[in-house]
Amino acid sequence: MKLSGAQILVKCLEEEKVEAIFGYPGGAVLDIYDALYDSPLKHYLVRHEQGAAHAADGYARATGRPGVCIATSGPGATNLVTGLATAYMDSIPLVAFTGQVATHLLGRDSFQEADIYGITLPITKHNFLVKDVKDLARVIKEAFHLATTGRPGPVLIDIPKDVSQKKAKFDYPEVPRLRGYRPVLDGHPEKISEAAAAIAEARRPVIYAGGGVISSGASEELRQLAELCVIPVTTTLMGKGAFPENHPLSLGMLGMHGTKYANYAVSECDLLIAIGARFDDRVTGRIDAFAPKARIIHIDIDPAEIGKNVRVDIPIVGDVKRVLQQLLKRVQAGMETEWHAKIREWKEKYPLKYEQNGKIKPQFVVEQIYEVTKGEAIITTEVGQNQMWAAQFYTFTKPRTFISSGGLGTMGYGLPAAIGAQIGRPGETVFDIAGDGSIQMNIQELATAVAYKLPIKVAILNNNYLGMVRQWQEIFYNGRLAYTDISGPDFVKLAEAYGAVGMRVTEPKDVRRALEEAMQVKDRPVLIDFIIDREENVFPMVPPGGAINEMLEG
Amino acid sequence: MRHTLTVLVENNPGVLARVAGLFSRRGYNIDSLAVGRTENPTISRMTIVVEGDDKVIEQVSKQLNKLIDVIKVSDITAEEHVDRELVLIKVNADPSVRGEIMQIVEIFRARIVDIGRKTLTIEATGDEGKINAIIESLKPFRIRELVRTGKIAMLRGSRFTTVENGDEGKENNKDEY
Ligand SMILES: Cc1ncc(C[n+]2csc(CCOP(=O)(O)OP(=O)(O)O)c2C)c(N)n1
Ligand SMILES: [Mg+2]
Repeated sequence: MKLSGAQILVKCLEEEKVEAIFGYPGGAVLDIYDALYDSPLKHYLVRHEQGAAHAADGYARATGRPGVCIATSGPGATNLVTGLATAYMDSIPLVAFTGQVATHLLGRDSFQEADIYGITLPITKHNFLVKDVKDLARVIKEAFHLATTGRPGPVLIDIPKDVSQKKAKFDYPEVPRLRGYRPVLDGHPEKISEAAAAIAEARRPVIYAGGGVISSGASEELRQLAELCVIPVTTTLMGKGAFPENHPLSLGMLGMHGTKYANYAVSECDLLIAIGARFDDRVTGRIDAFAPKARIIHIDIDPAEIGKNVRVDIPIVGDVKRVLQQLLKRVQAGMETEWHAKIREWKEKYPLKYEQNGKIKPQFVVEQIYEVTKGEAIITTEVGQNQMWAAQFYTFTKPRTFISSGGLGTMGYGLPAAIGAQIGRPGETVFDIAGDGSIQMNIQELATAVAYKLPIKVAILNNNYLGMVRQWQEIFYNGRLAYTDISGPDFVKLAEAYGAVGMRVTEPKDVRRALEEAMQVKDRPVLIDFIIDREENVFPMVPPGGAINEMLEG
Repeated sequence: MRHTLTVLVENNPGVLARVAGLFSRRGYNIDSLAVGRTENPTISRMTIVVEGDDKVIEQVSKQLNKLIDVIKVSDITAEEHVDRELVLIKVNADPSVRGEIMQIVEIFRARIVDIGRKTLTIEATGDEGKINAIIESLKPFRIRELVRTGKIAMLRGSRFTTVENGDEGKENNKDEY
């Protein structure tokens, strides 16, 4: 039997066992939506295509399964762009479908035509423009394969309207053989031996773990390696949750707003074991002062990451989980040494801290969220100070519980990502720790959350500032606060207007009660507007271009 | 230093945009790029001449390899190879200087492929040095138009950069690591 392109698409999504599609209709995807109308597939209607991309991304980060989103041609497609770039920078598996004008109208500046294939070339792992319906099923199979294997990433499929209408025989192909795509999964045995030897010789080792540990599902192997060899572990922002932060070997996060002890440990270590991390400038600070005394082992699935930013002594290309399993067979048990004593001393001397002054401190709010949720929540964040406070003051113990735009730093990410996460993991508590600036970038998605009765919580750390930018202006631009003093709407009324629960908290003593009350709401989103001490800054801080062991203090 | 990369790619629309975009986006300097179909109609070969130190070239190769449409990247700079460019030169040629020009053409074993009332069109092939030399020699007569291909290259002897049965694709530096 022959099916239309739209029906083929729907069939493929069923074959892929897609549980959630985030999308927004329009002219060029009318046929696809018509086919969805008959399908058991669950489609979630967002209020802006950027919300669809971020929701699919949040779903993917929370579940480990690929996120799927759909938008129409032209403006629908371009609205996806920020979401795709966000997913690309953080290596998140997405498959995005866009409608396109019919093939005979391509290249003529037709109504709602945008070259989304060209636009997304640099922000997707791969993309396709399907001009023949006969290719559609194969392309979709390849897209899911590419998005989810190797170094994951977003893949976009652009489908002209006539391709979704024309008919073809439907065969869902097997996993494709792509001659240009062969991710290496196992580490080279010689390099594994070298790494094991380097670990045995090291006197001051540190593990630096990134998002790759989470995407390859290697948290357990990481814990085994750290415990067996007694190696302290610091994670990147993306790596939060890859290693329990309440573990005695945890150093918390490193980098620009990392802990002092993590940055000191990296600066003093004689062996740095980078696992699924990419030496981002927010992590390394001044590159020639990063881990200056260390030999570096770099484990990554992407060969292009090896040697990109730093020289590497022992490169191991492979899937992090497999490589760690190989390595675990070769390493010897380690023991506590002076190094661990030194680190303990740093931890005691330089804890993350803040001072109470009668106003609501954002750090206090985050700590209270931690307590009220017993550390079990999925936390999404917006971008800015709120993001860093969430990272610093919530103790993450499990992978896929910290969901944040790391590489691109996309304001407006947290709310739609929370929607995706809540849909992917309906039983969990999902909190978006937000800023008053960021939340306004995708606030319309409250309507989506209300429509699907999602009990997500939005905690706005409201400083009436674009706080992180203000912090830089205060410290590096002589306090000249150019256009960072923002006044927001009445967020409580706004929440209520959308049909969500709105609360405002102005006193520290009411923080706990408000959070507990929010936890009782199960049938709709809750937004809590915490009016915080507006001048509060994020510390410690590595000034831009500085060495990571030279941190500014409050 | 300049490196010559030969890159096998899927013969897909868009692949040139991917490769060109990669170079400009990441700030690599392309000296020349030539592309055409190979003996296998599903595969095109690009010969790319790129300027950079070893570290840059390593990144260029790895980033190229990362493209799904790229099947194989070989840096043949250090290996024995034949390389050629083709140039067409339209040069002013009054009857009084035609003899002289034809002598130059002969010396370089080039060819005259078209004659106008006041011009000659010359075709020359060779490595870069030879092409540069013939251009220099013709300059005094006033070159009116010049078109030059990028470099194409092939390994000498019975060694290949091709993939067997389209199946020996990227080993992704497996040997290295
Ligand atoms: C889309 C986007 N635009 C601009 C920025 C630059 N930026 C980074 S943090 C920030 C301020 C964020 O303000 P808010 O959401 O209130 O968070 P706060 O820092 O106050 O907690 C801005 C403007 C960005 N990261 N993303
Ligand atoms: Mg703010």
